[in-house]
Amino acid sequence: MSVDPKLKARLGVVLIGVALAVLPFVVGASFGNSWVRIIDFALLYIMLALGLNIVVGFAGLLDLGYIAFYAVGAYLYALLSSPHLAIAFPQVFAAAPGWPVWAVLPLGALVAGLFGVLLGAPTLKLRGDYLAIVTLGFGEIIRIFLNNLNAPANITNGPQGINNIAAAQIGGHALNRPLELFGVMVPGVHLQYYFFLALTLLVIFVCLRLQDSRLGRAWVAIREDEVAARACGINTRNVKLLAFGLGATFGGVAGGLFAGFQGFVSPESFGLLESIMVLCMVVLGGMGNIAGVILGAVLLALLPEALRWGAVPLQQTLFGKVLIDPESLRLLLFGIALVVVMRWRPAGLWPSALRKRELAAHGEAA
Amino acid sequence: MDIFIQQIINGLVLGSIYALVALGYTMVYGILGLINFAHGEVVMIGALTALTAIGLLVPSGLPGPVVVLGGLLIAIPVCMTVGFTIERIAYRPLRNAPRLAPLITAIGVSIVLQQLAMIGWGRNYHTFPPLLPAAPHQFLGAAITDLQIIIIATAAALMAALVWLVTRTRLGRAMRATAENPAVARLMGVDVDRVISFTFVLGSALAAVAGVMVAANYSIAHYAMGFMLGLKAFTAAVLGGIGNLGGAMLGGLLLGIIESLAAGYIGDLTGGFLGSHYKDVFAFFVLILVLVFRPSGLMGEKVAERA
Repeated sequence: MSVDPKLKARLGVVLIGVALAVLPFVVGASFGNSWVRIIDFALLYIMLALGLNIVVGFAGLLDLGYIAFYAVGAYLYALLSSPHLAIAFPQVFAAAPGWPVWAVLPLGALVAGLFGVLLGAPTLKLRGDYLAIVTLGFGEIIRIFLNNLNAPANITNGPQGINNIAAAQIGGHALNRPLELFGVMVPGVHLQYYFFLALTLLVIFVCLRLQDSRLGRAWVAIREDEVAARACGINTRNVKLLAFGLGATFGGVAGGLFAGFQGFVSPESFGLLESIMVLCMVVLGGMGNIAGVILGAVLLALLPEALRWGAVPLQQTLFGKVLIDPESLRLLLFGIALVVVMRWRPAGLWPSALRKRELAAHGEAA
Repeated sequence: MDIFIQQIINGLVLGSIYALVALGYTMVYGILGLINFAHGEVVMIGALTALTAIGLLVPSGLPGPVVVLGGLLIAIPVCMTVGFTIERIAYRPLRNAPRLAPLITAIGVSIVLQQLAMIGWGRNYHTFPPLLPAAPHQFLGAAITDLQIIIIATAAALMAALVWLVTRTRLGRAMRATAENPAVARLMGVDVDRVISFTFVLGSALAAVAGVMVAANYSIAHYAMGFMLGLKAFTAAVLGGIGNLGGAMLGGLLLGIIESLAAGYIGDLTGGFLGSHYKDVFAFFVLILVLVFRPSGLMGEKVAERA
């Protein structure tokens, strides 16, 4: 008996769909709801990594300040959904703005995208490594401003950050409160999970469509040979700007979700190491391959927890005490991973077929 | 006291340090076309190694300057070893890889060094003991300390020595040949791998000296100090024209002075809106402006993009 491959594919999709739908309940029941929270974060990182993948993976532009767009989205959400502005500027804002999430997220995406274009416009004619440093500088500038824009006008509340951010509301229900549905209590983290999952699937869909579009092929052409791409009639400047802008847009959305999820933002969450972590996800997973990037994001988002559960007891049994705390062990592993992956598996754990060919050809030509 | 002159002096001290670090970036870039992202961490390792050594030497009762010199003489070989190892392990295997690969590796190396330093030296700030005479001299209405004079003089002497080495010795000629064209240099009998190793070692030695200077100047060292310093030194190298030794020196001094003046005057200029805590932003603005309007830097030649 043979099975129709189409039917098989559909069956696979349904199975994955069911697995994703019951995941929070299974995980929550067996490991506790704190693990559902970790999965929520993993979804956020998937969105971020897919956004950066457009810039680094598709278009081949190394962006080391990507977290700045995440910060822009997060702070925009924070300002528009917390009482901070009403407290800081009572003469302008009579009450807390309290914008609904369906208005804030697109706005965050738009503003982050604008920042992306703003950064891209003067810098995109630079060569790859210069671009990396400039984007890094841009990320730091944003962070320094977030840290210091509490005086003379208190816009960002400085290093303390903004708290009391309202969670996203859908259909009048705040997602951080449990909801009774058909007699089942669904905890807040589960609701956030479904919300994030829906948006992540949307992001994945957009990425897949972009990859096969005219624009996506133009990006790959630029990545492989910019001069040749220009000769083929691609307006390289505009196409690169679009990569920057679209990548930033995803970052902005993820940032808004992060702010609503945490209820609190501070400049600390948007340092260079965060940019590098997202870059690690893209590089480790497989630059330019959507499935690979998702794999990288999930692996690295779960790594700190794995270290907390694995490395700490292991060190205690081996040495009798904790020599390296999980946080620095995590960073150490990131660093080593970057070096090792570039040395032995430059196309990542799950490379895209095209990228693999390209890197192999490079090695032979040189 | 004249604030303008004072800021210029502070800027020169800062600039001398930036220049020493910038030389490390520019030499490596000149020869390999690679931004050695981890160079700032080498400076940090130099500073912390010297501080540890100084801490061990202080009880011996030797005079202060001798103790500092001792710390420096221990930090230099340590940094040279670190620089040599970085090149051997991380960069050499990638010499023919696409451009992005070594840059990503460099970031990885930088994180590894920083975390190793954190594990070794801890998260706290290490203070530089007051071993050098700190009494200020009057100079054109401003104050200058012995330490500041030592920093400027040492930096100048080292830079002069470096220029001599690169322009007058056999090894320097090999370096210049390799920078020009590695393949042809190899045909002419230059041991390119050795020259590249030597470049890293030399840059790391300068970084060690710069590290001790930073620690002495701010009386403090910390496992995360290398990042910002490295970035500013890189900015200095780009400002002067990366790959150009004179450019790195000029860029370093200029950036130091710009930063000091900006930190001193920004409050007045913006009516108190922006304060001196924005001083780290200037380096980046300078970097972005230079790259946008004159990517080849002040003293660099225009180089066409090589495919």
